[in-house]
Amino acid sequence: MEQPIIQITGLHKYFGQLEVLKGIDLTIQKGEVVVVIGPSGSGKSTLLRCMNFLEVPTRGHVLFKGEEVGQREANGKMVRLPEAVLDKQRTHMGMVFQRFNLFPHMTALQNVIEAPVQVKGMEQGKAEELGRNLLKRVGLAEKAGQYPAFLSGGQQQRVAIARALAMEPDVMLFDEPTSALDPELVGEVLQVMKDLAREGMTMVVVTHEMGFAREVGHRVLFMDGGVVVEEGKPEAIFSNPQHPRTREFLAKVL
Amino acid sequence: MSEFLAHSITIMPALLSALLKTLQLAVISAVLGIPLGLMASLGRISKSRILGLIASGYVTLFRGTPLMLQVLFFWGVFSQLEGFTAALIAFTLNSGAYTAEIMRAAIQSIDKGQMEAARSLGMSYGQAMRRVILPQTYRRLLPPLVNELAALTKDTSLAMVVGVVELMKQSQQFVARTANVAGTYVWAALFYLVMVVALTALANRLEKKLEARG
Repeated sequence: MEQPIIQITGLHKYFGQLEVLKGIDLTIQKGEVVVVIGPSGSGKSTLLRCMNFLEVPTRGHVLFKGEEVGQREANGKMVRLPEAVLDKQRTHMGMVFQRFNLFPHMTALQNVIEAPVQVKGMEQGKAEELGRNLLKRVGLAEKAGQYPAFLSGGQQQRVAIARALAMEPDVMLFDEPTSALDPELVGEVLQVMKDLAREGMTMVVVTHEMGFAREVGHRVLFMDGGVVVEEGKPEAIFSNPQHPRTREFLAKVL
Repeated sequence: MSEFLAHSITIMPALLSALLKTLQLAVISAVLGIPLGLMASLGRISKSRILGLIASGYVTLFRGTPLMLQVLFFWGVFSQLEGFTAALIAFTLNSGAYTAEIMRAAIQSIDKGQMEAARSLGMSYGQAMRRVILPQTYRRLLPPLVNELAALTKDTSLAMVVGVVELMKQSQQFVARTANVAGTYVWAALFYLVMVVALTALANRLEKKLEARG
């Protein structure tokens, strides 16, 4: 079997006294689309943010392509990796945020090419060509020169996806990408994500969109209270949930 | 009236060269104080405890003591310094401390998601600061910064206590010599006013330009 893209073992995360993740084990293979569902406060966003070290795990291991993310073990203690090493690891993991987090002082195109130019040292002209192609891919070719303030939420999120793709990541992490959108704008963002999945992108998607989970997910994780309560193929989870908490949750959201 | 005119003509050459001194003090300490303030603000928000301690110690010290004391201190302790240099050091350090707090507040007002987005793309902390965070602070920074620079411009008058013949000292000397209080100070007041108004106008133009960017 190929080396997994992400391998998480015994992951615990505390915020002060509060234990948000209570021992997570999760392996994600190349090309897999894993959808994480669950009630608010179940720890699903925290799990995602531990994958690229936006949150520092309290205990346990997060390996990206076999390499511990952000830290290493030395004499039984976890020691931070140099920032430059972490930066390098992050270039291979794209992240899309609930609130888009586009850079408001840059146009759509500038947002997309910022990291390729600054981080990879890509030549401006080449980066612009790449940027325009990516904007075309998310259906926003004609918005290249617009500032985020003049784009709808759905358009902003599609630019954010293009921005993450510009670094040619091995995995895309989506943190509730449609939760801040007006209902009529959700579809366009999900469509872009579906296209990505079809092209074979490895994706971890935290979402409340059950339709997306069912249709696009290869595997669905149901989280509650900081643990993975149940996981399996979407059809199994949605039509025949085993755990009462899963049933209860699905009954509320479906 | 003709007496005022004659008086004005007599004092004007010396007053203008004193104005130049005032401008030098204000411009140089602003030009040095702003980067100093930026460094101190970055120190204050950095994760490094040592940098944080140094930066907040510096800010506390220079905001918590009178500027006049600072001017006299540098002049008195480093006796080889000319009054002009001593005053310049005090103004720069004092202005840097106030600027640091202005910049810190502006940086911290930027949404946390901006730093996260930049870092998630693999940008270093420095790159994220320089390319993403700081450019977003300019608009919020401008009004309080102009306030600080206006205060600094007027505070340069304190250089008179260490013998720098700037606008205030020169005016005072003319008053002592000619006993024409109103006819002298009215010019000094006008010059200070013009400097502050010019600064404000410049800032307003800059603000409009930043706004147009969207």
